Amino acid sequence: MKIKTVKNLSLSLATTAVILIFVFPILWMVFSSFKSQVDIQSARLFSFHPTVQNYVRVFAEYNFLKYIVNSFIVAVGSTLAALALGLPAAYSIARFRMNGLGLTILVARIIPGITFLIPWFVIFNELRLVDTYVALILSHMLVGLPYIIWIMIPFFESLSEEIEEAGFIDGCTRLEVFLAIVLPISLPGIITSSIMSIIFSWNNFLFSLILAGERTKTLPIAVFSFISYSEINWGGLMAAATIITLPIVIIALLGQKYIVDGMAAGAVKG
Amino acid sequence: MSSSWLDRNFKWVTTLPAVLFVIVMMAFPILYTVRLSLYDWGLSALVPPRWVGLQNYTDLLTSARFWNAVMNTFYFSTLALAFQLILGVAIALLLHRKNTRIAKTIFLMPMVATPVAMGLVWVLLFQPTNGVLNQILVSIGLKPLAWLGSVHTVIPSLVIVDVWEWTPMITLIVLAGLSTLPQEPFESAVVDGASSWQKLWYITLPMLRPTILVAVMLRLIDVLKTFDIIYATTQGGPGTSSETLNILGYVLAFQYYKFGSASALLVVFFTIVLGFTLLMIGLRKKLGRSA
Repeated sequence: MKIKTVKNLSLSLATTAVILIFVFPILWMVFSSFKSQVDIQSARLFSFHPTVQNYVRVFAEYNFLKYIVNSFIVAVGSTLAALALGLPAAYSIARFRMNGLGLTILVARIIPGITFLIPWFVIFNELRLVDTYVALILSHMLVGLPYIIWIMIPFFESLSEEIEEAGFIDGCTRLEVFLAIVLPISLPGIITSSIMSIIFSWNNFLFSLILAGERTKTLPIAVFSFISYSEINWGGLMAAATIITLPIVIIALLGQKYIVDGMAAGAVKG
Repeated sequence: MSSSWLDRNFKWVTTLPAVLFVIVMMAFPILYTVRLSLYDWGLSALVPPRWVGLQNYTDLLTSARFWNAVMNTFYFSTLALAFQLILGVAIALLLHRKNTRIAKTIFLMPMVATPVAMGLVWVLLFQPTNGVLNQILVSIGLKPLAWLGSVHTVIPSLVIVDVWEWTPMITLIVLAGLSTLPQEPFESAVVDGASSWQKLWYITLPMLRPTILVAVMLRLIDVLKTFDIIYATTQGGPGTSSETLNILGYVLAFQYYKFGSASALLVVFFTIVLGFTLLMIGLRKKLGRSA
């Protein structure tokens, strides 16, 4: 009995230690965002005067509201567009066993994203689309679309065809069955894949680094530009990092179940 | 009439938009990159691309900077993947108990937090004079390290960041695998008097093998392509000591505007990633089934 208690206690301690280590950088970021530059530069880690000045400056001087709006437009826009293309395609791939097509789309997961960037840059430049939402949304869809199709194919496959048969008997067309019967019962899968697509777009750095400009700059680019100043404003940088991370962390807390499904998608089946 | 036309052609109408997207945004760019790798071009409207044949490839394969990037890519990837695998499985076994819901939620965060932002947070943690990590080292009587600032420690430091970010993914996949394991083998092992370690080594791990292989495959594909945390923290430096293939491709294309050489490098890089993926798929077929 006693040995069991000691074992349980040490396992709990180990769990707590692991969690603390993994959450530490995030806590440190939030903690530092309330420090002044002087306090961050000093060797005393914990004694400081908390200030919200960093946040005020990030919005007032660095114009972060605009970058938040840009990131939001691109994340939501690319996810909606990817859903519009991906859901019907995934349904047909699942129903009519078009496995070859499913595989082709997965290649996007394997090929380094940077391979696409040179042609995109040349073409978007030619069409004067660099620094527009269109270019950013199209490029971000490259990550979102394969994920949506990848998650939704097994989801649609698992739906019973009998429910659809009932729709056909009632005289519905295929499109009506898809819109009125299939999509509503597929909501959990749609939520999982939408959350994944939004997170990927929100966090995307490489594509936006090349295709965004002054007008469409997204949050990751805005945060990164902090280190191009001769002296890094660490407090401001940490406040900016907290602002960009916060929405994602809230989504993660609310949609934990969906994200775990999304991250493990296709992994457990194999 | 029109609705029956739609019904008969439903599968083509529904897949066509996605197929068009794949052709325009993926297939065409890949072919364009392959073609451009045979030209010399600097994105100038006045100077058209000049055909150079395989010159870009021979230049690349004889350049020290390319081989440095190859070595860095494999050094970083091997080290990161090894630690992620060992830690990821160990933590999954630790968390695979009741009442760890909150632990699992918190564990998600490094993986979903914006990599560029977190890379910059690590730059602060790694600060040589007043960074937290060096202060901890000094307080326990060790020497401070240069971390990202030295050619010897830069890649191991980046590995720490990547391990922090992606160990949770291995853990989550293994946890999902653990929850589907059948109970009978464990029960009969208890009857036979097996110790906890014996159960772990002879039952749990062999049964988890297919799951672990999938987790390694997914991570391998991504670790070779790591860009955000390296570019945000070191941009390949000091010098070229943390310059991986992905970073070098970016530098050649968008800092030097050598689109021909960059394309050649990307074709080689893409082949390497594809090769490893096929290798892992083959390995999974061979080892994954018989657990």
